[in-house]
Amino acid sequence: MSQRADYLARNDGKTHFVMGDEAAALGALYAGCDFFGGYPITPASEVAEVMARELPKTGGYYVQFEDELASISAVVGAAWAGGRAMTATSGPGFSLMQETVGYAAMTETPCVIVDVQRSGPSTGQATKPAQGDVMQARWGTHGDHEIIALSPWSVQESFDLMIESFRLAEAYRTPVIFLTDGAVGHFREPLVFPRVSDVPIAPRPRAAKGEPAFGGRPVPPMAQIGDRLDVHITGSTHKASGIRDVNSKPVHEELVLRLVDKIASAREQLTRLDVRHMDQARVAVVSFGVTARPALGAVEAARRAGRPAGFIRLVGIWPFPGPRLQQLLADVDCVLVPEMSLGQVNRELERFVRCPVLSLPKIGGVAHTVDEILGPLMARLEAR
Amino acid sequence: MSASETKSNPLRRYVRPGLLPTIFCAGCGGGTVLNCFCRAVDELELDPRSMVMVTGIGCSSWIPSPYFLADTLHTTHGRAIAFATGVRVMTSGMKVVVIAGDGDISGIGGNHLIHAARRNVDLTVFMVNNSIYGMTGGQVAPTTPLDVTTTTTPHGNVEPPFDVASLVAAAGGTYVARWTTYHVFDLVKSMKAALTHEGFSFIEIVSPCTTSYAKAVGKRSAADFLADYKERSVRISSAQKMSPEELEGRIVVGALKRVEGAPEFCQRLRGLTRRVSAEALSTREGAR
Repeated sequence: MSQRADYLARNDGKTHFVMGDEAAALGALYAGCDFFGGYPITPASEVAEVMARELPKTGGYYVQFEDELASISAVVGAAWAGGRAMTATSGPGFSLMQETVGYAAMTETPCVIVDVQRSGPSTGQATKPAQGDVMQARWGTHGDHEIIALSPWSVQESFDLMIESFRLAEAYRTPVIFLTDGAVGHFREPLVFPRVSDVPIAPRPRAAKGEPAFGGRPVPPMAQIGDRLDVHITGSTHKASGIRDVNSKPVHEELVLRLVDKIASAREQLTRLDVRHMDQARVAVVSFGVTARPALGAVEAARRAGRPAGFIRLVGIWPFPGPRLQQLLADVDCVLVPEMSLGQVNRELERFVRCPVLSLPKIGGVAHTVDEILGPLMARLEAR
Repeated sequence: MSASETKSNPLRRYVRPGLLPTIFCAGCGGGTVLNCFCRAVDELELDPRSMVMVTGIGCSSWIPSPYFLADTLHTTHGRAIAFATGVRVMTSGMKVVVIAGDGDISGIGGNHLIHAARRNVDLTVFMVNNSIYGMTGGQVAPTTPLDVTTTTTPHGNVEPPFDVASLVAAAGGTYVARWTTYHVFDLVKSMKAALTHEGFSFIEIVSPCTTSYAKAVGKRSAADFLADYKERSVRISSAQKMSPEELEGRIVVGALKRVEGAPEFCQRLRGLTRRVSAEALSTREGAR
């Protein structure tokens, strides 16, 4: 057994009472993460602290860098040198990382970026949770690209989705955004550990000699540093060989369309929804992250009162599960979208559904209460 | 150089096939740096397959990328040293070399430079200093001398330039040198010393930009630059006996700092992981 498996096996089947941030870090260990580069920021620092403490025990390396620019850069470098690499930050640090998130997308670098969302803009309410980075995760870096983003609503799911994030990063050779928030990151719940032998480390297909590492198929195999293949990795437009070719329209089109299509065409496989009470539902609440908790409370209260309310939670946010949501919401009269921002998911949802989409924004650093969602929900149910 | 001469050049095997001639302007120092680098690698009998070239953005980043035939990570502007640190931590037995320009390394990437020097991470960094932002068309750089007129200092530069080699030495780099593209034999020797040094090694290579900087300072050719380098350079051993006034406008060349045996970052990090993982296996407590 490896050092990592040997150490983690002691947790097999145990339950610990931990924070979401800790669960995310522990999930990364189970996923085989062996490099963490980071910079402290509230409310993500606990991810770094757990990694600093635990990663060396599993044989990995923790490095605290001078800033977020260096952190994400080192993560990408470590990934190309064979690492399962990640960083963790919050809104302001995530903004600083955006250029290299684009580099990771363009160079098809598997890595995981945790964004524990806090209240912005700017320094905003640094210690308060928010959900205002949904569009930053999608469009924060410049240019045409697709991104994968997952959003947990509990401690257990913080652990589970982190393992899934690493798996998807390898499967699609892409950066994956683990989009949690300061509430889920900081509250404590039981975490049930799986058997470490049941959590395989995601494989990383490698290029054979002469096989293109940057084209030729939707997700090409990687040629890592040290593979003796003279790999050429660049964020400039490049041919399948990896060599720059920045003046050719066909080369740019072929590259960027492939990078977009490899994720966009997998939208169905990447759709992760938590669907409840949608049978005969007339009004649905669509939510994610911490906001989904009071949203479920409101929907269940409405159902208890005999009202046809439905619940959909976005576990995978990007690529947006629009087609599936379109089917699920085909017969409802109205959708409510509570978010801890002035509204981002509601805009995306509007592009896919025909019924009215009512945004229930809340800012200021406090999550919605059940009543704050139940009130408008009952009003819409009565108004039918 | 004719095609047959190019083919017969023994250093040709270090260059990625099918890419010559380089894109460098006539007289650019980039070719000289590439030549010296290939020579240093050749004389040390290093296997390029055990080397990683990491570069940033700008003319000088094109010296290794794509021309030097080795694993190459051509990164975002200013971040080469940070990427290289990630690479270095996750590889062992590979030589990680950063070649990039003064704007990349000391301007936008200055913070990574001083922190990598402070950590004494085992990287070999060659900063090609042409005193200007060349690729973008000749804007003022943190290395442009006072009063020089560039496209963004049309009325003269009001900022003093960085002494980057001294900065790296002060920050904790353990091999620090400065040479110019006039001093090719010294430069090869220095590159060999840097490549075999364990720890953060740094050479500032003063190099001509015959397009943009030539225009800024009224030089006409590469030969003008080389004559000027020859004229103005003074060896560190002589410079130590000179007053600041006497050193005004001079280029101090040579090894400014050389410390062997200083603790290296990756070794310390590996030592930590070895110690902590051994302790973890000897206790019963699992991850909490």
